[in-house]
Amino acid sequence: MSWWTPQVAAIAFALFQAVVILLAAVGAAALLTMVERRLLGLWQDRHGPNRVGPFGVLQIVADMLKIVFKEDWIPPFADRGLFVLAPAIAMASLLLSFMVIPITPSWGVADLHIGLLFFFAMAGINVYAVLFAGWSSGNKYALLGAMRASAQTLSYEVFMGLSLMGVVAMAGSFNMREIVAAQETLWFIVPQFFGFCTFLVAGIAVTHRHPFDQPEAEQELADGYHIEYSGMKWGMFFVGEYVGIVLVSALMVTLFLGGWHGPWLPPIVWFLLKTAVFVGFFILLRAALPRPRYDAVMSFGWKVCLPLTLINLLVTGALILIFSPAGG
Amino acid sequence: MEIAFYLSAVVAVLATLGVITGTHPVHALLYLIVSLIAVALVFFALGAPFAGALEVIVYAGAIMVLFVFVVMMLNLGESTAQQERAWLRPRTWLGPAVLSSVLLLVLLTSLIGADVGGRIHGDTLTAKAVGTLLFGPYLVVVELAAMLLLAALVAASHLGRSEAHDEAGAVRHVPGTRTADGRGRAASERATGDAASSKESER
Repeated sequence: MSWWTPQVAAIAFALFQAVVILLAAVGAAALLTMVERRLLGLWQDRHGPNRVGPFGVLQIVADMLKIVFKEDWIPPFADRGLFVLAPAIAMASLLLSFMVIPITPSWGVADLHIGLLFFFAMAGINVYAVLFAGWSSGNKYALLGAMRASAQTLSYEVFMGLSLMGVVAMAGSFNMREIVAAQETLWFIVPQFFGFCTFLVAGIAVTHRHPFDQPEAEQELADGYHIEYSGMKWGMFFVGEYVGIVLVSALMVTLFLGGWHGPWLPPIVWFLLKTAVFVGFFILLRAALPRPRYDAVMSFGWKVCLPLTLINLLVTGALILIFSPAGG
Repeated sequence: MEIAFYLSAVVAVLATLGVITGTHPVHALLYLIVSLIAVALVFFALGAPFAGALEVIVYAGAIMVLFVFVVMMLNLGESTAQQERAWLRPRTWLGPAVLSSVLLLVLLTSLIGADVGGRIHGDTLTAKAVGTLLFGPYLVVVELAAMLLLAALVAASHLGRSEAHDEAGAVRHVPGTRTADGRGRAASERATGDAASSKESER
């Protein structure tokens, strides 16, 4: 075994980590399709899917069988290339973002020093999935949904970036590991409470989750941008949405709730627990809130959240300058 | 790193060729997005990941979305593709192509002949280094750019505002009368991009 040097072992372990994190992300997203319906059922005082397997856990298997064997139909009036490309972008850009999230002190795929910016870049690319899906479908409802989605995502990405700059200024780095390390004594949710609130809103809006799901409002747009999709292509949009939920939850845990830090329990358990709480919160929002009108969503973003993030950033900067040692 | 540099440079050149020769507007825009991402990878390969990430966020993630958005709203059909084909006759592009290939030859000889100094190595420039430079020696440039952007914002917000619109807006503030066309209005405002967004925040 002369080729099995420590270097090769390190590469193999890194690859193993990457594959495990990728599979865990996709698996969690697929599992969420069932968990969400069960939790919605619980909160809305009905049963939800409870027939297949114990507590309905095998519902995912049934759904996956259905999605995989459904006829994968491309409408003759669609733009074939873009129609196929869009679901791939939807899923790949979100899954790639998991790369920068540190799970535990020793687990995590990449330790980029521009980690947070990498997430913003991937979120920016993710807009194209919806845009191309809506346009290439050749359907006016799909196009309307795509237009809403792109306008909404662009507006909310503006202050999503700004809401995290307070965290970056306090940690002094874009690197996610350093941000987590800076929260050892005090979680950033305390000094950056407004940043946390606006990032929460922006995160929901960017993943098009209820109450910001105007792009796919069933009642008005009959499902919006993925109306013409069927089979596994639709499944990729569907699972992509849940990947987005897990991603935004994991980001909130990393940036505001101290990542893996916590007493008694091992780091991985803390990370998973905190992430699960946020995922549950996302689902609770869907169960509890009505859907606001589209123009109300836009004006809320520009008139409330954007000024709030700007003020938060200014105050954070001023306080850091006041309390930091001179010349630091 | 050198392999990454040359590969992404080749992709950038090919994608840009695709933008110019493509006759379908949305497909041409897709090529342009690929080209911008390739340029961002060139920055990564040169050891400037901060610039690369900003390239993707600003150009590919925001500006190109507005381009794609407007082109989609225009709903250009087969007639524009034919018009484009008519404009792309060799008679039209042959002259400029010959002249610019002479310029390319000059550039290549100067690049090969002279010692350019820089070599591609693994050093990376951190965001902190970029920030220190921007707010140190180049502070005046940053301030001037900020003022220019503010002026553009104010001008766009002024141009995007119309008397008729304000009156219509005043009528819509009566509860219950703004639901029906509120959505269409918001969507059409998006199409004008920054002008609309600044107006939205102002109103």
